[in-house]
Amino acid sequence: MSTHPRHTAHEVEAGRLVGEVEALLGAGARLALVAAHDDGPSGFRVVYLFADPAQGRTELVLRVPREAPAIPSLASLSFPAGRFERGLQDTFGITPTGHPRPRRLVLHDHWPVDWYPMRRDATTEPRFGPDRGTFSFVPVLGEGVYEIPVGPVHAGMIEPGHFRFSVVGETIIRMKARLWFVHRGMEKLFEGRTAAEGLALAEVISGDTAVGHGLAFAMAVEDAAGLVVDEQDRLVRALLLELERLHNHVSDLGAIANDVGFGIAAAHTQRLRERLLRQHAALTGHRLLRGGVRIGGAALAGDVDVALVRGVASELAEVVDITLGNSVVMDRFVGTAVLGREAAAEMGVLGYVARASGLDVDARRDHPFVDLGDRFAVVTRQDGDVHARFAVRAEEAQVSAALVADLADRLDGRRGTGRSAADLTGAASRSGASLVEAWRGTACHRVELDASGRTTRVAVVDPSFFTWPALPVSLQDTIVPDFPLANKSFNQSYAGNDL
Amino acid sequence: MSAVGAQVVVAVVQVVVLVLAAPVVVGVTREVRARAEGRAGGRVGQPWRDLVKWWRKRPLQATGTSVVSRIAPVLLLSSSLVVVALVPLVTAAPTVVPADLLVVVSVLLVGTVAIALLGLDAGSAFGGMGSSRHMMIAALVEPTVLMAVYALSVPVGSSSLSAIVDARRDDPASIASPAGVLAVVALVVVVLAETGRLPVDNPSTHLELTMVHEAMLLEASGRDLASLELGGWLRLSALLGLVGNLVLPWGVAGGTGPGELALGAVALLAKLGLLAAVLGAAEVGVAKLRLFRVPELLAGSFVLAFLAVTASALVA
Repeated sequence: MSTHPRHTAHEVEAGRLVGEVEALLGAGARLALVAAHDDGPSGFRVVYLFADPAQGRTELVLRVPREAPAIPSLASLSFPAGRFERGLQDTFGITPTGHPRPRRLVLHDHWPVDWYPMRRDATTEPRFGPDRGTFSFVPVLGEGVYEIPVGPVHAGMIEPGHFRFSVVGETIIRMKARLWFVHRGMEKLFEGRTAAEGLALAEVISGDTAVGHGLAFAMAVEDAAGLVVDEQDRLVRALLLELERLHNHVSDLGAIANDVGFGIAAAHTQRLRERLLRQHAALTGHRLLRGGVRIGGAALAGDVDVALVRGVASELAEVVDITLGNSVVMDRFVGTAVLGREAAAEMGVLGYVARASGLDVDARRDHPFVDLGDRFAVVTRQDGDVHARFAVRAEEAQVSAALVADLADRLDGRRGTGRSAADLTGAASRSGASLVEAWRGTACHRVELDASGRTTRVAVVDPSFFTWPALPVSLQDTIVPDFPLANKSFNQSYAGNDL
Repeated sequence: MSAVGAQVVVAVVQVVVLVLAAPVVVGVTREVRARAEGRAGGRVGQPWRDLVKWWRKRPLQATGTSVVSRIAPVLLLSSSLVVVALVPLVTAAPTVVPADLLVVVSVLLVGTVAIALLGLDAGSAFGGMGSSRHMMIAALVEPTVLMAVYALSVPVGSSSLSAIVDARRDDPASIASPAGVLAVVALVVVVLAETGRLPVDNPSTHLELTMVHEAMLLEASGRDLASLELGGWLRLSALLGLVGNLVLPWGVAGGTGPGELALGAVALLAKLGLLAAVLGAAEVGVAKLRLFRVPELLAGSFVLAFLAVTASALVA
């Protein structure tokens, strides 16, 4: 694109890291990713990736010695940084010095203590011990306080997560979530693969975000290899991204209503979603749109049925009207599980959850890869409650449907070049990164390629990693039977978070 | 046939008809709701098939459960069967024990307490939550039931449900009286609450944290689950049948002759089918209330019942 943002990278010394990060965050940048790299005998390299709509991306590189590796903690500057650091501690054994709560994050307690899976010398088969069960919940004492443990196995088709509520009567005093039950070692699996293999892997990071992560991976590889993508392909990619957003929002809108017993909304959104998915199968050969994005290109197997998408959008609007027209539904939605703007900003929340709390963040506008035209608008709400998250989704679905029509119009029957770059050879240790507004929020990938074009390291951040911690915050003054509703209104990915 | 013999026959007929019909009543509500929502739904007989399936399975007891877990399903089922035998459903002829409203409410309460204890017995958080919510609702429901039926009993001068149904059939004008309408509306609300239907409870949810009735059954399995489900369905059917007979008292048998009983049974099944369909259709447009709004709904129905009593006292 003509307005290519500047991307800079430079090394920092440990002593100056905190100051530099403070300056970047103060200037309005967002910490998008922290990734460590095992460079063998020369030690570790920690990359801090900052994203700023005006300045593009900035990478700070910190070299860490192999013996007793430690980095100065940024937890006091940035909440997400503190969580990234806990991840580094678990997977690389790099100690964040001065971290206020350096507990385990990614690895549960049955993982061996001095075994770090992301180090190059890690044996592939760790010996699991018993779960020492030290996942400490802050005990809440007082008369009538009791704990309700829920999960990780749930009654519905839900991913595994363990929630522990401290409750008085029906009011939640404190909720603690334990995730990483579906930690599959995704980042390790990416090592040493060709870009095409990596793309297939990226599409299954979180099943409902196949395009979001697939595109983020492809763009990061293209950034590293210096590939320029044809405008036609970028239009196809934007189209796929909006189709993915649409089908997920459609199903979420019904699912949220279903959680207050308003089943008719769910019955109809499931029907609408099915119509979209069948079209997807005709477009890319996969109901969840896998296979449309290629490295360096994109391809459709058919033309988008704009009339079908328009029909779904107008029927969806009707379902939304009927849902919000029900006074009991409104009573359940309004004022439930409020996430304040300040809390959301502090935690670095992304996607519709952030926009429902008044944060105007959207990578489609802040880090665009194609001009989406006049009908693109970032939808925000101020209230931060379930109703706001519902309303943001409802409007975004309409925007997405309009964008699908516009993009199909601009493509005018073209189905992408179908190009798939096979030869990515070049200099060793090239790196690239990308920011893509997947349907849940901004996904960020950072890849490093070797001379043959294989990925030596891929760092992935799903928006859920940023947004999950905000769920407990929103539960203040919420009652236990409203938790499933609050959780559904967030609908964060377990697989994307756990990697 | 002796008088007692006839009364036993009535009780047996009511029990048999209701046991056969109760799963179908639930099946009809589910099917109507599914069709109204544009889904295919299971078939009307599905609850029956579930029941047979559970009945064939040996119940598993969670570790640490006491004798309560084994007794509660039996207690709930037998209390429901007693209610079914007592309430004037097929016939308004007197049964072995007088179908006195206080007796009926007490027997219902036995089942309510049994299932609440069952919820607590396994010591799981969900069961405890369900029991606590269930008792909160029960505490608000029982006074309204008493008030509503009391309002209906004032003009009749008897607290016997049979006498009330009889009187309404003989004097249809009393059905449309202010007291009669208010009392029946109050009764409908509490029947929905008592039997765990929307907007108070969502019988089709899978979300443990929102459950009321279902939460208490989470630990039950096999035959125990069959007893509990059938017990709950019988309560629903008995209360629906009672409402049906209060609103449309025609067709209820006056005596205990075989012909009368057969006609009464057919009339009852028709009313149950109609009410089940209405219930299923009504649930389409209703969402579940926030738990803390349930007391407001039930307080409202109590006020209606209270007005009904006042109105009937003034008229009488």
